[in-house]
Amino acid sequence: MQFDPLLLAIAVPLAVAAAIFAGLPKRYSVRLAYVGFVAPAAIALWLWSRFPANAGEAYQFMSSRDLGLSLLGIKLTLGLNGISLPLFVLAGVVGLAAGLYAIQSGAERLKIYLALLLVMQGGLMGVFASVDVFFFYFFHELALIPSFIMVGIWGGRDRGYAAMKLTIYLTVGAMLSLAGLILIYHQSGAQTFDLITLRAEAMAHPLSVTAQKYGFGLLLFGFGILVSLWPFHTWAPLGYGAAPSSAAMLHAGVLKKFGLYGLLQVALPLAPVGAAHWSGVLTVLALGNILIVGIIALAQRDLKQVIGYGSVMHMGYAFLGIAAMSVVGVGGAVLMMVAHGLSVALLFLLSTCIYHRTHTFDLTEMGGLARHAPVLAAFFVAATMASIGLPGFANFWGELALFVAIWKFSPWVAAGAVAGVVITAIYALRAVAKVFFGPPTDAFSRVVAHVTPVDLRWSERVPALLLLGLLLFIGFWPRSLSAPLNSALGSLAPALAVKAAADPRP
Amino acid sequence: MNLSLLQSAAADNRWAALFPELPLALLALLLLVLEIVLPKRQHRSIPVVAILGQLALLVALLVNLRGGMTEQLTFNGLIRHSPMGQFFRVLFLVTSLLVSVLGVVSLARQRMPRVEFFHIVMIVAAAMMLLVQSHHFVMFFVALETVTVGFYILVSYFRTNPLSLEAGLKYLVMGALSSAMLLFGIVLLYGAVGNPALAPSGLAAGAMDFASVRQFLVAHPDNFLAQVGIVLVLSGVAFKIGAVPFQIWVPDVYQGAPTPVTAFLAVGSKAAGFGALVVLAGVFAPCKTLVIPVLSVMAGATILFGNLAALTQYNVKRLIALSGVSHAGYLLIGVIAAYYDPAALSGVYFYLIAYLVASFAVFGVMTHVSGENEADQELEHYADLARTHPFLALVLVIGLGSLAGIPPLAGFIGKLMIFLAAFSAGLYWLLGIAVLGVVISIYYYFGWIKAACFSAWRLPTPAGEATPGLPRTPVAWPARITLGTLAVASVLLGFWQGPLIGWLLAR
Repeated sequence: MQFDPLLLAIAVPLAVAAAIFAGLPKRYSVRLAYVGFVAPAAIALWLWSRFPANAGEAYQFMSSRDLGLSLLGIKLTLGLNGISLPLFVLAGVVGLAAGLYAIQSGAERLKIYLALLLVMQGGLMGVFASVDVFFFYFFHELALIPSFIMVGIWGGRDRGYAAMKLTIYLTVGAMLSLAGLILIYHQSGAQTFDLITLRAEAMAHPLSVTAQKYGFGLLLFGFGILVSLWPFHTWAPLGYGAAPSSAAMLHAGVLKKFGLYGLLQVALPLAPVGAAHWSGVLTVLALGNILIVGIIALAQRDLKQVIGYGSVMHMGYAFLGIAAMSVVGVGGAVLMMVAHGLSVALLFLLSTCIYHRTHTFDLTEMGGLARHAPVLAAFFVAATMASIGLPGFANFWGELALFVAIWKFSPWVAAGAVAGVVITAIYALRAVAKVFFGPPTDAFSRVVAHVTPVDLRWSERVPALLLLGLLLFIGFWPRSLSAPLNSALGSLAPALAVKAAADPRP
Repeated sequence: MNLSLLQSAAADNRWAALFPELPLALLALLLLVLEIVLPKRQHRSIPVVAILGQLALLVALLVNLRGGMTEQLTFNGLIRHSPMGQFFRVLFLVTSLLVSVLGVVSLARQRMPRVEFFHIVMIVAAAMMLLVQSHHFVMFFVALETVTVGFYILVSYFRTNPLSLEAGLKYLVMGALSSAMLLFGIVLLYGAVGNPALAPSGLAAGAMDFASVRQFLVAHPDNFLAQVGIVLVLSGVAFKIGAVPFQIWVPDVYQGAPTPVTAFLAVGSKAAGFGALVVLAGVFAPCKTLVIPVLSVMAGATILFGNLAALTQYNVKRLIALSGVSHAGYLLIGVIAAYYDPAALSGVYFYLIAYLVASFAVFGVMTHVSGENEADQELEHYADLARTHPFLALVLVIGLGSLAGIPPLAGFIGKLMIFLAAFSAGLYWLLGIAVLGVVISIYYYFGWIKAACFSAWRLPTPAGEATPGLPRTPVAWPARITLGTLAVASVLLGFWQGPLIGWLLAR
């Protein structure tokens, strides 16, 4: 059997998790967990460095295996193209950061916690490495299930309710998207779930307009629920508020991008006419994400809720990039997904660090933490700046490309999107001010009198540095991602051209 | 009946063709003999003999799997051997083996005679095998009644428990009703098929033979008498699979019966019902226009009823009973889709495998999280199971996840295959209902997982008072191996189906 890095990136975390479930003693479990978290990240970075910049739409590092469903047109086909590479790297790095943070967190029943995180990690690597649509869905669910359990067992306030709501919402989303995928599978006539074949088939014989409309509609709402598209977003802030930090990092940072990725990689190329049909609806809903959820975020008094609503809001930009149906818009959406994934994971990580020092998430009971923890403050300010989209961070490039695309699509929508940036700046900077600066509140003084807050420890700094480092790296050298992305998006161009023909709206 | 006919009948009795059924029945008899022969203190070893004997039979059956697959009629056309029959033989043997393992755990808590339990389970399993292979309405009815009568006894096996007795009585009344309907249907079909004025030329065998019924229906697809017969026969089978509107007995009987028997009902009886239904669906195929709407309405109603009714249950046995009703609905979709594309049956078979594996994992946990009164199993008894018995909790999560159809577990692949088949058959409405049902089912399956894994806040007990003990039975190693295997199988079948799907699709 030949060396297959993608399979390894999926199998190592899963194998480690299986070993832990099988009853490995705690000491070895933690050591082995390091392997399980480091291996995918290392493989992802290595593959990134070896990825040819002008690969075009072709998948690299391909491999294909029959696991028993080949008669139904399902094979475990793995590969990376310019669109999946950035997300694969994102999954590896955020997974490593979340894993390292979890190991040092000393959570109750740490073994099981790590095992579930590893299952999630393996699933996430699989999602972005799958060329087969079935396995793409399969791995997503594999990653999703542990998040329900982790919210339920290690969660914070309202965990039972949050876990149930999360489960039901996300199952609805998953079932709708499954129905959409089956519809496309069936209507394409290719009798395969292999994305490359499906694309070729769709190019040669496009699906009927009705099938495209229904298919894209199912996928839009199915995936939309998974990505917290307004008004189906209510599970997200609640779930992230209750989730333990590592689970929130992986879910908000990486797993949620599954839906957007599915829309980009599956729905858009296979059902471009359907996409054009739904583009207007999607625009309205995405603006709802940006403006309405943004305003809700303004009203939050709880740090985790601010970050949670903020993350829901930022998804709106990515949706707009898809609704714009242009190469720049889609490329911007991918960059935005990566940048947002890194920054939101960093924010969730740091917010838990803050909680350990202030013993509350309530913004009105904090203040002046910068005096006790200057390094933490510096990290948090940097993460906030990144999420606002300051130049120098990866987010800037994503937002820039998106705004260019949205402006071309419709200046009015662009105005709404830019207004969103102002909203982000307000709630994010206000949160920074409330937590770190100003005079300490009475409640915080009491906490300080009880235990003096220490600054960020190295065990917390390493994962944070990892995320921040990658944000800055992409921010200063966006070509490293945008070159393969751009050459891959060339393949989408004909599909996107449908927009102009089908929909003469300005 | 003249002599030559008798002679030809005798010559046709190829006893070897009944390989797993006969030895299984003989093994069952052996248990009774052993009970008489062995001294009392060695009676403990009888269940071991039962389990090891069934294990040996299973191995022998698997070794000789291909041998029994050739399509042939034996016993003068009473029995039709087919690959499907062979598949169900394995399924029922595994079922009875697992029921026996659970029975050991469950009976240990009771002061009850033990040996008869294993005896009846094995006899019923043998009858189920014959049922799905029957090719003649007399054989069909006799096998079905053997199954049903065996279940009358098994359901009320804990005769000191009023709920068990009540369940037995309910099952008896309902079972008698269903048998009567079935018999009435058979008689009507017999009357129609046997009518010399209507008989198509060249009727091969008697009017009870499936082949001749089919032949008759091809000639007269809109014979009213036959159509009423078909609906009545389908109703009789619907009782067995617990499909709406014949599901009314399910929650009470499942709750009152001893847990291993509940498992047997849920998996064995349902699978037998579906095996019979698949055969009958083929026989009634000429009357598609009648059968498809009847089954479609039944499937939709079954899925919705099962899931909605399970939502409000706090007793896990009632919950699993009603969720089992909904699974019958999903399976029915597969049977209907098979009218459009025979490959859909592979989905039904895979679903049955996944359902068996997952259900026994859950029933195995239920057998252990239970006191002497097995009808009394509330969701709250599962509190803190993950802390006290992590192994049981893990098995429970995997089993329930597979039943809910969550990837990467086997149940998902089963549902996927059924959905794919339904899509290609164009059953969009049923598909919509099925998707809705899956979403609803998440609520109660996940609620159960929540009860077992997430620590809930409870009233603090005043100092000096012990916390009320939750009913738990320690897990002995045979049960541990069994449950572990089932859990691993559920995961493995989700990831890797190997040649299984290919084999099923080639049927």
